[in-house]
Amino acid sequence: MFGRLTLEAFIHDPITMGAIVTPVIGGGALVFFILYKKGFKWVIEKLQWLWKEWLTSLDPKKIGVMYIVVALLMLLRGAADALMLRAQQALSAGDAHGILSSDTFQQVLTAHGTIMIFFVAMGLMFGIINLIVPLQIGSRDVAFPFLNSVSFWLFVAGMVLVNLSLVIGEIGATGWLAYPPLSGIKFSPGVGVDYWIWALQISGIGSLLSGINFLTTILKMRAPGMTFMKMPIFVHSVFASMVLVAFAFPILTATLGMLSLDRLLGMHFFTSELGGNPMMYINLIWAWGHPEVYILILPAFGIFSEIVPTFSRKKLFGYTSMVWAIGAIAFLSFIVWLHHFFTMGAGANVNAFFGIMTMVIGIPTGVKVFNWLFTMYRGRISLKSPMLWFLGFIVTFTLGGVAGVLMAVPAIDFQVHNSLFLVAHFHTMIVGGVVFGFFAGITYWFPKVFGFTLNERLGRYAAYCWIVGFVTAFGPLYVLGLMGATRRLDHYDASLGWQGLFIVAGVGVCIILLGVVFQILQFIVSIKQRKQHFDTTGDPWNGRTLEWATSSPPASYNFAVIPHVHTRDAFWEAKQKASKESSVHYEDIVLPRNSSNGVLIGIFAILLGFGIVWHMWWLAIIGFIGVIIVIITRSFQSDTEYTISAHDVAILEKRSTL
Amino acid sequence: MRKVPLITGFLFFVGLFTLIFFIASQHNIDVLNPQGIIAAKQRDLLFIATLLMLIVVIPVFLLTFFIVWRYREDNKKAKYSPNWSNSNVLETIWWMIPFVIIVILAVITWKSSHELDPYRALNSEKKAINIQVISLQWKWLFIYPDQKIAAVNYIRIPEKTPINFKVTSDAPMNSFWIPSLGGQVYAMAGMSTKLHLEADHKGTYRGVSANISGKGFAGMKFKVESTSDADFRQWSNETRRLSKSLDMPAYDELAKPSENQTMQLFSLKQANLYDKVVMKYMARDSSSSGEENHNIHSGE
Repeated sequence: MFGRLTLEAFIHDPITMGAIVTPVIGGGALVFFILYKKGFKWVIEKLQWLWKEWLTSLDPKKIGVMYIVVALLMLLRGAADALMLRAQQALSAGDAHGILSSDTFQQVLTAHGTIMIFFVAMGLMFGIINLIVPLQIGSRDVAFPFLNSVSFWLFVAGMVLVNLSLVIGEIGATGWLAYPPLSGIKFSPGVGVDYWIWALQISGIGSLLSGINFLTTILKMRAPGMTFMKMPIFVHSVFASMVLVAFAFPILTATLGMLSLDRLLGMHFFTSELGGNPMMYINLIWAWGHPEVYILILPAFGIFSEIVPTFSRKKLFGYTSMVWAIGAIAFLSFIVWLHHFFTMGAGANVNAFFGIMTMVIGIPTGVKVFNWLFTMYRGRISLKSPMLWFLGFIVTFTLGGVAGVLMAVPAIDFQVHNSLFLVAHFHTMIVGGVVFGFFAGITYWFPKVFGFTLNERLGRYAAYCWIVGFVTAFGPLYVLGLMGATRRLDHYDASLGWQGLFIVAGVGVCIILLGVVFQILQFIVSIKQRKQHFDTTGDPWNGRTLEWATSSPPASYNFAVIPHVHTRDAFWEAKQKASKESSVHYEDIVLPRNSSNGVLIGIFAILLGFGIVWHMWWLAIIGFIGVIIVIITRSFQSDTEYTISAHDVAILEKRSTL
Repeated sequence: MRKVPLITGFLFFVGLFTLIFFIASQHNIDVLNPQGIIAAKQRDLLFIATLLMLIVVIPVFLLTFFIVWRYREDNKKAKYSPNWSNSNVLETIWWMIPFVIIVILAVITWKSSHELDPYRALNSEKKAINIQVISLQWKWLFIYPDQKIAAVNYIRIPEKTPINFKVTSDAPMNSFWIPSLGGQVYAMAGMSTKLHLEADHKGTYRGVSANISGKGFAGMKFKVESTSDADFRQWSNETRRLSKSLDMPAYDELAKPSENQTMQLFSLKQANLYDKVVMKYMARDSSSSGEENHNIHSGE
């Protein structure tokens, strides 16, 4: 009946227990407090509101907000993991063995990597894309609104599975990419790797669907007149990123599928017996994994390319170069995957080719840096917090890029591969590049989505803490790598002298966490003081692109009248011409109705994943059939849209401009 | 521009880097302090490539600082040209700058990839020592097929002599790395990879596992001792006479998972042990693997 699931799955070591019990007690206390304060009826009403207005919504703006909320919660989880890893390595030298057993330590590092990439970085990215892309291209919706909801709920399902593994069972102790044979059934017989596979498989399918959705949206739903070379640069970067999603994620799905067959049916795709080959897995996972890095960084580049012109009050320098640079990076990202394993013993020709291709990416990236600098040149730079994130990004990202080019030389890589130098490098790219970019984007677009600006002072403190904390946390790791410290060590000899540097790194993580505290405070204070910071104009930063042309927050239909685009920076140009008040002609607007089907698919996907992980086949079958039935039911629904009449649009618009 | 955070930040980073370098200088930075010809060349390459890139990076940082300072909002004296957004000359220049640097680096990469290819045997008048490396759960087994000896978590090599490592795994994948002498190659079951290193002089170096391989991973490390030729010969002769020997049953016993193993020495009683371990995974069917291996090797 319960497959592999026994009561033992609920028993953990004290640290894990603490990690489970604290949020449960905290959450329980919060629920109790709210019930006590507001009463049962109020809570039910609010839940109904949540269900009607948010969970079942097909409005990309609401889906975007939900992505970001989930991703920020997961950021807290990932940061807690990071703190544990740093604490362990700062304490566990010589006779001391720290706070975690080696198995728990390896589980924590797997969870940290998996959660940060798949559920924080990807979540923030899809959140921001959902919020901004339709607005920037002057569209009322995405191409496939229901699919968008399905993507989101598959993402949530994956997130639930990863977190469920903390409570029931375990997560793989294999590192975030689970190389076989270690991740095979022989060396990892438990449920950990299965949780990892199915969390990624389910959320990965969501990502693929989202990629196709936005690809179509950008191709087909741009406002009239917005040719490719008139698109905002953020849309260009998202377009390139979504092309990568569409090509890379099927590889992930297939790879995880084969690994799963190895584990479930005793096949040998990736284990050496019977002609299987782990090297094939490593190639495949990086054929997805390397583009994945660019899937994340390209939209971050795009965000900075919007922020720098706005806060320099000057046009983006070298738009055409920027577009081609994005294209070049996207193309090159598919022919560099082998640089993740120069040490596998491929010949010198192969290694040299992939090394050189990797360096070539440095050219378009360098061009982008110069173009950002010359956007600021002869501008009027206002150093608001989004610009602070940008400056933090330029410095860290350039240094991380130098480390990256170093590792692209195979003969150098042999001496730093899998060391903490590598760990420091990719954190520089992902924190200093992706995360700083997304935080800058959230600060920048927050008033558009919620109608009031975020508290600037706390935002600045958060940026300072993150930048300073980041350098403190990862500077020592570069040096440790050169001292021969490999990654993923739960213990080392005291005589090596690493402990001092690990302690410095631990202090750095604490400074970053202080930054997170400032961010939480920033949200709380901004919500409390929102009345003083209302954005009544819809254009708080003196923006350039179409999202600022509509009210903040935008109406459900984004634009009452679809704008006609004649130039780049369409809204900026319109403002320069001081638009003559022409008589506005409204039309009927058709929008998708809310649907609970996305939520249902998410729930059935959780059952499916959970069933397979624990070998509870009846549950897996229920989950699978459930998903199919929901899809069939949905395809027979005809009443999926509603119309706002031109008359109502006129009334709504009048009210919002008052 | 806010001066206080700028100055505090600057002082903080100066302090931080001083602290990091102070701590690091108290100990050995293996990669930057090479003890073998390969590691030395790899270190030089690291420096050359870094310097090449700093030629661009340092001006970029200075330029960033200058631009942000000069064109800050409250400096109304600075020129403001809101619509100046492209210049073919400038853009050509900065497509060319990284291009030139990368071309130079590409030439260096191509040459060094061949020169420092781990599969390339080192030139020397001395006869190379063959060492076969097997990564196990969670220890390293080193077999000297010519000396007919074997060791766990310990390598002894003669100084100034090329060492030919052949590396495989009879466990989860790992990576074989001696930072002071040069790195690094994967150890994979059913595969045999190669690494060629040489120690410049006598000394004791650290050997590490660089790829996560399960529970006992952190304790899976070994010692490398480089000695004179005479010492090496004496040591290998003594080890060969040890009563503790390594044959197939002893190997199977050794291959069972164990953690934090100290050094062990064996006389080698099993011919082709390394090949047998590699071929173990090559058989078509695990039930008949023993026989097939036997057939393959009886022909040799």
